[in-house]
This record gives sequence, C-alpha cells and structure tokens, in this order.
Amino acid sequence: MQKCQQCASPATLHITEVLGQSKFEEHHLCEGCAAKYLNEAQGKTSKTTTAATAVGSSAEDYESGGFSKGECSACGIKFVDFRNSGRLGCPHDYEFFRDDLIPLLENIHGDARHTGKTPRRRPQRKEAETELANLRQKLKTAVSKEDYEEAAKIRDRIKKLEEA
Amino acid sequence: MNLDSMTKIPGEWLRGVGPEADIVTSSRIRLARNLSSYPFSNRASTHQKAEIEQSLRDKLQKLDAGPKLEHLHVSSLSSLDRQFLVERQLISRELANSDGPRSAFVSETETISIMINEEDHLRMQVMRSGFSLDDAWTDIDTLDDAIEQKVNYAFSDEFGYLTACPTNVGTGMRASVMMHLPALVLTKQIEKVFRALQKINLAVRGLYGEGSRASGDFYQISNQVTLGKSETQILGEIREDIPQIITYERQARDTLSRDSRQALQDRVSRAYGTLSSATMMTSEETMDLLSSVRLGVNLGLLDDLNIHAVNDLFISTQPAHLQKIMGSPLDGEERNSARAKFLRSRLRELGSNLN
Repeated sequence: MQKCQQCASPATLHITEVLGQSKFEEHHLCEGCAAKYLNEAQGKTSKTTTAATAVGSSAEDYESGGFSKGECSACGIKFVDFRNSGRLGCPHDYEFFRDDLIPLLENIHGDARHTGKTPRRRPQRKEAETELANLRQKLKTAVSKEDYEEAAKIRDRIKKLEEA
Repeated sequence: MNLDSMTKIPGEWLRGVGPEADIVTSSRIRLARNLSSYPFSNRASTHQKAEIEQSLRDKLQKLDAGPKLEHLHVSSLSSLDRQFLVERQLISRELANSDGPRSAFVSETETISIMINEEDHLRMQVMRSGFSLDDAWTDIDTLDDAIEQKVNYAFSDEFGYLTACPTNVGTGMRASVMMHLPALVLTKQIEKVFRALQKINLAVRGLYGEGSRASGDFYQISNQVTLGKSETQILGEIREDIPQIITYERQARDTLSRDSRQALQDRVSRAYGTLSSATMMTSEETMDLLSSVRLGVNLGLLDDLNIHAVNDLFISTQPAHLQKIMGSPLDGEERNSARAKFLRSRLRELGSNLN
C-alpha cells in the first residue's frame, strides 16, 4: 500500500487538485493528514477545486471533498462517482451537479454555454413549458382564493400538458 | 444484411474517391444523442437497455427520410462479425466489446451507421470518401432531424445535447478526417504537426479511434471542443486547418521525390517485393509496407498497382476480413501465413491484369 506523503501511515485518500489549464497536482495522504489538508484547502480563497477520492472504511466524511454533497435523485450517482468513472449517470446530472460541472466544462471546452443546433421540436416544447409555468401560477392563485373547482380544472390541464 | 458479401468491396472509408482522396481517405461526422427519460448507458439496467434498444429500433425502422437502413443485432453477432464491422469503421470497438442489449443500423452504401447503447444511447455517423465534411454534415443533419421527430432527446438550453461524458456535451458532434501521412512520418515532421494541431484544439488519433495506434501512417484528426461553438463554426475551423496539413504532406512528398528519390524508390520497391514474396506476414507489418506502397503509387513510382487495389489490400488484410475471405477462423500463426499467401496471389493477379 502507498504511504502517506506527510507521515508513514498508509495513504487512504488520493486527492487531485485541479489547477486549471489541464494542470493537476496529486496528493496521497492518510486520513489524519488528509483531514488537515482538506480543512486548509477549504480555508483557501484560491480558485482551486478539490476532488477527494476516498478509499477505506471511515473516510466517508471526506468523500465528497469540496463538491456539493448528495446524490442525484434520478440516477443516484454522487459527484465522486463521476470523478472516478468520467461518466455521468443521467441527463438530470447536468442540472444537479451544475455548479461543479461548469468549471470542468470551461476547462474542457473553453466555454460552458451551448450555441449550436437545437431540436426542431424544441420551440413547441418551450411554448408548452411557458404555458405550464403560467398554469402553475394560476393554480396557486386559485387555491389561495379557495376556488377549488377552477383549481381542479387547471390541475387537469397541467397533467395533460406534462404527459404530452 | 449479408456481411460476407461486403468483403468484395472496400467500404466507404477506403473507396478512394472524392476531393484530395490520395491524402484524405475519408471524412466522418458523428453525433451523440440520448433519450431524455433514461439513465445513460453505463447506469442503465439490462432491462432498461433492452427497452431503449427496442424503442429506438422501432423508430429507426420507420424513419420517413433517407436511405434504407439494415438492422444488426450486435449482441447476437459472433466476435468475428463484430470485429469485421469495426474494421469497416461501421461500429466502434466499444460497441463491439461491451455487454448487454445493443445494436446497429447500417445503410447499404455503408455511408450511414447508427449505434444503439454505446456510451450514449444513440451514436450516428455519416462517412464520405475523400475530404467532404460538408456533404457529411448535410446528411447527418437531415438524419438527426428525422430521428428527432420520433424521439425525445435529452437536451438543455444551457448545455445543448446531454451526453454521458462531458467531453461530448453541447453539439455532441465529432467531425474527423482520416489522413494518410507517410511523407510527414518519413521526414520526421509528424510530431511537429501534431503539436500545432493540439494548440488549435484538434485531436489526433490512430486508425481505430481513441487509444489505437497509428498503423499504416493513417491518422484521424478531429475537433476537441463540442460546447460553446456551433456545428458550422466547428466544421469551418476544420475545413480551414486540414488543407494546411495536406499542403505539408504534399511538400514533404515533393522534398522526398526531389532530394532522396533513389532511397524512396528503393523503399517502395522493397515494400512491394516483401508483400509479393513473404510467407508470413503480421497485420502490423502489412500496414507499414502497404503505406509505403500507397505512397509509391501516388507518386508514380510503382506501375503494377492502382490506388483502388492498394486501398482494397489495406482492408482485406485486416484480421476479421482475412478470416472471412478465407472462409474459416484462423489463429495468429495461421492468419499470418494466410495473409502472406493472400497478398502473394492478389499482387500476382493485379500485376498480370495490368500488363
């Protein structure tokens, strides 16, 4: 097993610092030193991002590193899973991990906003989305006015649009 | 689709026609698309993959536009057949070697192929002989529109077409040209060209894509960036940069013909001689020797062959092609002996046809 770079204990955490411009810095640390390192890193005001990959049993506290905690409700992956495999789990991940993905996308593509082709069906769907947003607003008003008959009608309309 | 009958023609990527076909053997554009309502292939269960395969297959069989597409059940093909399709550049190594429900659609001319359940749910490609990215784009854009009529693509206004790997997100487009660059290799300028290409965000890969080595001096050059630029912009940049490499290769060929004609002639003749008389021949050695022969034919240093015959030899001597032509599976040793035998008889035949 690899040894910690700070002391002689086995290294259980492997941290890759992304310094931008495809520069990386690797750290192999034991749990204690890693905790110290990560605390320091969080205090830093630099733009560096820290990805920590945890190996071993009690490392869970650190496993999401500097990235947003939690897993995508649609496919169940965590950002660390993506870090390890290089593949996202589902289309929803782009929204869920948006803040972590943007610096990465800027690094890969030099940009993080699509300017190319859009599906031709998109405009219709967009209209539907606008209508949906409007209907949801109306529903809220109807409920607050206790106009339940109107609210039920709006709800049916929303359901229909969502299914389309 | 009868795969065995395909061995009689070299396939689109080596058809040897189209603009600058002596240097740019083929142009290819692929688009990555995913269904909005399923996890990406790597997270999808076998059951979900079967659903995706079934649903996309139904829709692709009912496409209103474009040429007829033949369906291939990749999961039930033999490993030889899968390898065969990889050699023809119709499916990727990843699709050939992965598990689970997956399939491919191929047009009769082999210019269109679509993979289902590769890294993304849908990977479509259009290939054209020679340097013709614009034609390829027109075709694939139309195909994409036709599929989109029937399928809800995963798309976001902010990030474009959503893909399993963020290196493909946005346009989901990889446009590439396959270039034969033997003179830049011989004059040791190839590394310099690659470094220049990397600076302008073009990636260089070997014959069979990612991670494969550049055998036979064939290099695939493609766009790196898929987000923040439109398809037209990306294609425009490649269209501007590739002619520069064509010019470098032509200059290197001129230099070789002028300053070391005798050495070049000797190299070409020896390659031809070895191919015509050896009794054991690996795939790698064949590719290297054929590369010299191809250069020789293009420079008029070898009268016994034409470019179509050489292109055909490149594909026919690939392991799966060779076994299909020979009609039986062969292990490494047997294959090397069969390859040498095939080359000897084919070159004799071609030589006597021309005389």
